[in-house]
Amino acid sequence: MLKTFPKGGVHPGENKFSAGKPIESIELPKQVYIPVAQHLGAPSEPVVAKGDVVKTGQLIAKSTGFVSANIHSSVSGKVLKIDKVLDTTGYKQTCIVIDVEGDEWIETIDRSAEIKNNIDFSAEEIRSKVAENGIVGLGGATFPTHVKLSIPAGKTCKYLIINAVECEPYLTSDHQLMMEKGEEILIGCKLIQKAIGAEKVIVGIENNKPDAIKHMTELSKKFENIEVNALKVKYPQGGEKQLIKSVTKREVPSGGLPIDVGCVVQNVGTAFAIYEAVIKNKPLFERVVTVTGKSVKNPSNLRARIGTPINMLIEAAGGLPEDTGKIVNGGPMMGKAVSTDKVPVTKGTSGVLIFPESLAERVENYNCIRCGRCVTVCPMGLEPYLIKNMSAVKMYEELKAERALDCMECGSCVYVCPAGVPLLDYIRLGKANLNKILRAKKS
Amino acid sequence: MAINRLTLSMSPHDHGKDSVKKIMFGVVIAMIPALLVSIYYFGFDAIRVNLIAIASCIFFEWLIQKLFLKGKITVVDGSAIVTGMLLAFNVPSNLPWWIIVIGSLVAIGIAKMTFGGLGNNPFNPALVGRVFLLISFPVQMTSWPKVSVLNFAMTDATTGATPLAIVKEGLKNGETFSSIMNNMPHSYTDMFIGQMGGSLGEISAAALILGGLFMLFRKIITWHIPVSIIGTVAIFTGILYGIDPEKFANPLFHILTGGMLLGAIFMATDMVTSPMTHKGMLIFGVGIGVITVLIRVWGAYPEGMSFAILIMNAFVPLINKGFKPARFGEIIKK
Repeated sequence: MLKTFPKGGVHPGENKFSAGKPIESIELPKQVYIPVAQHLGAPSEPVVAKGDVVKTGQLIAKSTGFVSANIHSSVSGKVLKIDKVLDTTGYKQTCIVIDVEGDEWIETIDRSAEIKNNIDFSAEEIRSKVAENGIVGLGGATFPTHVKLSIPAGKTCKYLIINAVECEPYLTSDHQLMMEKGEEILIGCKLIQKAIGAEKVIVGIENNKPDAIKHMTELSKKFENIEVNALKVKYPQGGEKQLIKSVTKREVPSGGLPIDVGCVVQNVGTAFAIYEAVIKNKPLFERVVTVTGKSVKNPSNLRARIGTPINMLIEAAGGLPEDTGKIVNGGPMMGKAVSTDKVPVTKGTSGVLIFPESLAERVENYNCIRCGRCVTVCPMGLEPYLIKNMSAVKMYEELKAERALDCMECGSCVYVCPAGVPLLDYIRLGKANLNKILRAKKS
Repeated sequence: MAINRLTLSMSPHDHGKDSVKKIMFGVVIAMIPALLVSIYYFGFDAIRVNLIAIASCIFFEWLIQKLFLKGKITVVDGSAIVTGMLLAFNVPSNLPWWIIVIGSLVAIGIAKMTFGGLGNNPFNPALVGRVFLLISFPVQMTSWPKVSVLNFAMTDATTGATPLAIVKEGLKNGETFSSIMNNMPHSYTDMFIGQMGGSLGEISAAALILGGLFMLFRKIITWHIPVSIIGTVAIFTGILYGIDPEKFANPLFHILTGGMLLGAIFMATDMVTSPMTHKGMLIFGVGIGVITVLIRVWGAYPEGMSFAILIMNAFVPLINKGFKPARFGEIIKK
């Protein structure tokens, strides 16, 4: 029996068109747009001004608090302006616009291809290097990694769980990264393990990637206390709480954090970024992005600099298909639709997904027929229909008792709803208003 | 290439592609075996009753939406066809056309559309229609034509009582169950295949089970409601039969006769009027089973399935409130 979580879940069509495609670097853009708010937490503060000449990897925006992250230039060139530019959030955000000239990296980055298995760093050193190099969670949530590496006083961490599940359909960047950078990832795991003092590392991979499971299991034999677990193909297997439940049988309490049950979860891409940051002194300024879709000519896994407009990635994957109806930043279940193909790649861009017109629009909406499927599939054991109904009549405060804040917006309920009810739109509305009420009460 | 138009919507961007329409037509397909059996045994009348019920249900739904609700016309979703067929399945095959039309009007007009249409009705529309007819037209609703094979002659068939009524009447007159069964014109095999008197869609256990398996396979229903109803009836009547096998009918008889399987598989499982959680569904099913047996054994009517389902329909909001799904992270570790 493959490990999995017991409650709910769905199995959307996997559509991993770009699986097995080697990671290719794309050519440098003429201009990059680097938003100062690419992570969860406080936006960073620009430390460069118009006209400054920057090198690749140079700090251009400084973290403004503990829960914040440094941002580095992804190219070398001249700062054209600091301006408001439309980004993936759909809002105009402060961006540092840089005209690209050449590609000159800062000297401290070790650009050799050699793999260095050197983990002689203290926990503090690892944390500060991670913070310095602006590492954030690359699974999509973009939570500053150094925060997660700081275990609160009084807590201990038993398991470091590496999220290599990639349960989002279509996306293959993590899969390909494991195939190409497996060893670096595992060294990254050892570094994280050291920083948090975890006893054991568990790499969780969904069973639809047998080659990656085999490869990583093989490599893990070189290291101590790293175990690779094959997991059942079920969405949202890569949800943090679901993954913990699957591999350790521990259940993160409602409103709690993984560390409450002695676990820390890191994305596999983050582990690789940590390797690069600590061993190679390389700031996070590029990442692997899957560009895919049913009508995309050449679905690919591309290594792109942060700030590259996504239309360049789409060009590299064979150009924008004629029948494009929707462009999504991320996967089909939790990604965000964007309004133009000019938005820049950010630290959280795991995929660029292009839907043809025929799949772009939502299904027809009927009355709820109370089939209860949303309740059956909810991995958090919630009642999506009820939260939706309560939000619709503005019973926001009462949503707390219905555990609306446990909802992680995985979208399973909407996926199965035969009536096409926009459950999650209402749940988001309810959560936002409930949070507003709770904040007002606190102050 | 320039982009003309990009859809902007919140996640998820993928959908399972199941729809209300597919579910409704799935139910229609599941009812076809039972329909074929009823045509086999009741001939042209089975087709006539079904057509009248379906047509008038669709017509009334369309009319009410057009004249009163003035909203989107949703007749195409197929739910009126399901209601029409279920109503037809629940009446004798020789019912006059105007009674069927009245039943459809009550089912669609009162039980469904007054509450806001599909999804909002607390009670199963077809059953409301059926019970209304049973109370208003007791004679016509309880004269059961005797089954004959492929009778398309349109002659008035003779009528007879259903096995449930025969047993109820016999026990009331002091006969023993075994002696009643000895004189029963139908064997258990007949009952399983459907060769007995009754409402036109309820007679064949085999066809209904086949339809139920199809719906299970298509994930239109889950096992919880049918199994808990049938299980409860089997246990409850089994205890009674164990206490006195001469005064009470055995469980097999109860399950194969009357509206038991039609109700358990097609009526009680109606999504709109059944609980949301699996736990709730089990409670719902147990309730239906208990009430059905109470009515069948001690009530005034020989059959209690429709009443039991309608009574439990009324408890659904309470069940939904009382039986929440198990929350993730409820058990806080030490």
